[in-house]
Amino acid sequence: MAKSIQEINERIRQQKAVVLTAEEIIPYIEKHGQRKTASDVDVVTTGTFSPMCSSGAFLNFGHSTPRMKIQKAWLNGVEAYGGLAACDVYIGATQIPEDDPANKIYPGSFDYGGGHVIEDLIAGKDVLLRARSYGTDCYPRKELETYVRLEELNQAFLLNPRNAYQNYNVAVNLSGRVIYTYLGVLQPNLGNANFSSAGQLSPLFNDPLYRTIGIGTRIFLGGGIGYVVWEGTQHNPSVERNSRSIPTEGAGTLCVLGDMKHMSTRYVRGVSMLGYGASLALGIGIPIPLLDEEMVGFVGVREEDILAPVIDYSSAYPERRSEIITHVSYQNLRSGSVEILGKKVPASSLSSYPMAREIAQTLKSWILKGAFLITEKVASIPGADSGQTFRPLQMRTERGDLR
Amino acid sequence: MKRIVSKNIILHYPKEHTEKPIISNLIKRYDLTVNISRARIGQDEEGTMVIEISGKRENLDAGLNYLKDIGLSFKPVSLVVQRLDERCTHCSACTVICPSGALIVEDRRSMEVKFIQDKCIACGLCIPTCPYKAMEMRD
Repeated sequence: MAKSIQEINERIRQQKAVVLTAEEIIPYIEKHGQRKTASDVDVVTTGTFSPMCSSGAFLNFGHSTPRMKIQKAWLNGVEAYGGLAACDVYIGATQIPEDDPANKIYPGSFDYGGGHVIEDLIAGKDVLLRARSYGTDCYPRKELETYVRLEELNQAFLLNPRNAYQNYNVAVNLSGRVIYTYLGVLQPNLGNANFSSAGQLSPLFNDPLYRTIGIGTRIFLGGGIGYVVWEGTQHNPSVERNSRSIPTEGAGTLCVLGDMKHMSTRYVRGVSMLGYGASLALGIGIPIPLLDEEMVGFVGVREEDILAPVIDYSSAYPERRSEIITHVSYQNLRSGSVEILGKKVPASSLSSYPMAREIAQTLKSWILKGAFLITEKVASIPGADSGQTFRPLQMRTERGDLR
Repeated sequence: MKRIVSKNIILHYPKEHTEKPIISNLIKRYDLTVNISRARIGQDEEGTMVIEISGKRENLDAGLNYLKDIGLSFKPVSLVVQRLDERCTHCSACTVICPSGALIVEDRRSMEVKFIQDKCIACGLCIPTCPYKAMEMRD
């Protein structure tokens, strides 16, 4: 029998809802079958914790005396984009200080960047704000230097254009030298394989056709509450899918937003990727209401059902050639070694499975306490039959000639 | 009689040196005793070795100078690698870099990364590899 979100929320309010994590639901379905699970269980919680580029935060500092229209701003030496208004900026996770040697000393260590500024703000630390402008009659100040703290800011919210990737590449290195990538250090000659997904715990693997997750969905974001506000950038729903509707390569993404003042540095961390750059690691958890048996089928997804494409990051990836060496399952990846081109290759993850599990458990506890209600999406994000794809950038002249 | 002195060091082999009989030279040319406690060196790969060298002071100094002259770097073994548990997210990025199996996911259900100090050769490769700066070298 189908349930409505209103009925599920009524049970949550009465603290009678049955909630399991995306890991716990698998043996439950095996034991009780789909029909009984659909009637017994109200919500399945998912989780993921991983470096997520395309993250950043909007901050409003309030006005100084005299007033200033900030044109350029730096937080602990990391530039935040100031071309918005007078005292709003956007600090991006991957920005690095202008005096960072980057990869001039290869591989660069990228000790501090925008992701670390966001972590320091959430930690409640004083952050040095420097700003510059040209001065106007209504905003005469041209320079500013002060310290700011999260609690003093008017608004501070993460607004991440692309998070929670539904499936992702497994990175390998077929060349003869060590390479340093956003998927970690890759040893030469297929020395290791790095992946980054929470697999069966990951939100969009448990609602692969975006039936319940959409615009307006309330989520766990960085230890606080956030919302899905749009499809993520590079959202690519029309890729090949298996019989369970699971995409076999990177597919859906989500744009998410949440108040930094309620977040915790346990779930929001600055990241330094050797030889690559700075980023932000973030915890996201999404509740999935078990409306009917179809949803039970989706949340029953197991590591062996999910395949990821293996890509050579020494050549095919940087040259943007769509060459997939092979596919491997998350069951094999999680075992610590996978077979690629006849070789047994050690596998490791950039995404933390223990943290993903902790996030799914935390979200479950919030729902069981009646403190977190499930939302009905306001609108859907483009689905598998939308025809929407992820296009490359064509290099061309103004007249349209290809370069 | 001159006193025998000994030193514990971690030797870092660049890959161009892995084919050379360096330990043999230390023994033959400088009359030193070399006790290898841990090693990880492959053909055409960088490598690390933890050794205890002992002998007469001047021989030991000459042996260490020989290592320096041919471009091998070494550190005293008193340096230890430590994990800052509150920074570690158990992602496992370090496990494929650690040459001695000190950083390892033993339980594939929990997926937690264990740091086995006894197996650590203090090579330090995990330190820049960890995205969360959870590993550090201490005296």
